[in-house]
Amino acid sequence: MIHPLAAVRGVPRRTWLRWRFAYLVLLPTLILFTYLRVVPTAWAFVMSLFDWGIVKPAEKFEGLNNYIKLLSDKNFQTAFTNTTIFAVATTVLSVLLAIVLAAFLARVVRGRTGGLLELLYFAPVLVPLVPVTLGWREIFNYNHGVLNAFLGIFGVTRVPWLSDPTMALVAVIILSVWKQVGYNMIILIVGMRAIPRVYEEAASVDGASAWQQFRHITMPLLAPVTLFVIVITTIASYNVFTQVYVLASDVQGAPGRLVRVIVYDLFENGFRFFNMGYASAEAVYLFLIILVLTLIQFRFLRGSTAE
Amino acid sequence: MTLRRTGLSRVLYWVLVVALALGGIVMVFPIFWLFSVSFRPASELSVVPPNLLPVFWTLKNYETVFARAPMLTYLWNSFVFATVSTIFIILTSSTAGYIFAKFKFPGNHAIFMLVLATAIVPFEIYMVPLFLQMNALHLVNNPLGLFLPFLVLSYGIFFMRQNTMTSVPDEILDAARIDGMSETGIMIRLVPRLLAPAVSALAILAFIQAWTAFIWPLLILNDPKYFPMELALSQFANTGSTNFGVTSAAAVIALLPSIIAFLFLRRRIVEGITITGLKG
Repeated sequence: MIHPLAAVRGVPRRTWLRWRFAYLVLLPTLILFTYLRVVPTAWAFVMSLFDWGIVKPAEKFEGLNNYIKLLSDKNFQTAFTNTTIFAVATTVLSVLLAIVLAAFLARVVRGRTGGLLELLYFAPVLVPLVPVTLGWREIFNYNHGVLNAFLGIFGVTRVPWLSDPTMALVAVIILSVWKQVGYNMIILIVGMRAIPRVYEEAASVDGASAWQQFRHITMPLLAPVTLFVIVITTIASYNVFTQVYVLASDVQGAPGRLVRVIVYDLFENGFRFFNMGYASAEAVYLFLIILVLTLIQFRFLRGSTAE
Repeated sequence: MTLRRTGLSRVLYWVLVVALALGGIVMVFPIFWLFSVSFRPASELSVVPPNLLPVFWTLKNYETVFARAPMLTYLWNSFVFATVSTIFIILTSSTAGYIFAKFKFPGNHAIFMLVLATAIVPFEIYMVPLFLQMNALHLVNNPLGLFLPFLVLSYGIFFMRQNTMTSVPDEILDAARIDGMSETGIMIRLVPRLLAPAVSALAILAFIQAWTAFIWPLLILNDPKYFPMELALSQFANTGSTNFGVTSAAAVIALLPSIIAFLFLRRRIVEGITITGLKG
């Protein structure tokens, strides 16, 4: 295949040998990659246009009906609202906390003390999600959970963390911020340490206070890293599933009913009701959200590297 | 020491350290709590307010876990899954990344753009069609069906391409060619040495990704004997008769490998996570 093409174009033998080598090395990876990424992604778009079950696939072309039906689907609306609230809250809280922590740990508290503190805040990032979610489930327990006992000290009446839908959403947010903040912090710390000290020293000589230096020098220079962290957290949050599945499954084994999120709804439509076309349309909606977020990031990063 | 220079007193500095330390204790509390609860007898589980540490320490919960569920099998399943996935991701990503970075051939740019485009598509988007593909291959409820989607990582290809461009100089490759080394020899014997740090970072990312995978194992596997730890634990915790003490003991067992790995490979893991994160 390559040889004739090369011959036609008059490509020297050495060059097409190099081409052949490149294609041969790439081939196995590309086969796997095509079959496991490109094909299913393309199918998700195709299936979203059909009434597609597991037994009788491609039975009926539906056009955009799945997409239209989803918009008035109560479950999807709930899932979309919950996921958006979750994503915004988790991102805002975890990024703000991470900025504060990073500012202190990269600039003020350093050495062994700083390293130890960094480790404590980073620990949740390194532990697998399911076991620690179970730990949180015990902490959130209505009757004998530590959190309600702790709040009780301040006279707060017991909170139904895991049985009231709103409070369950709050609980999932708390857990997710806890899990995410250390990651964001470490990325921001790396970003802050990469800023040359001369900028701040110059400002310091000019009499700028620590806060002014942070506000007018560190933060603007850190903007691309901050944006990266914001986008990464938002995207991850829109795909939330495991925490919700494990945390909210305490109530009569009804995972995800309490806090319905997009991926759970998609999972249920696809694998409990076997409406796979419908589930795919939902996946495409989710994709559009993530695409917008990614484009924002690309645009911004390109802008910052062009400087 | 910017703050001290601008006149922040030593007292304030230590107030800050104490505040950060309190926050840090809150951060590790859920992990501590699992350990603490796992050593309590059933009678101590519903005490209000809960004791910070068990009054009577017991290993009963661990006995119950091991009697009821093959925890070591689950850990082994996770280990095999993560290892296979990591090896394949390393092989496919570093070879493809090297080719994309160092070879000019028709289609290089187009194919790479396709890889890059799929890197931004989250797994949840295409899991339904992927499940149908595995179903067509009769790989549902089969470890192969579990492994297959985790053999390639679009981001890994991108990551290795970037690293090849920055840490494999053309001069070295050309020198090796002049010395008569074959292209295969260069790729297998020379390039890996230059890419070692990137490979180790990617390996950590890949291993953690497979070890903590949840939704795909949940979809593709029915038979508990194939379950990796994360899935097995979530199912174990939802069997009605399991009390908190037993659940915590199971969770502690699931946590231990990560904690041990972290104690030994702390610096490498943190580096791996930040490097793979930042080059994204």
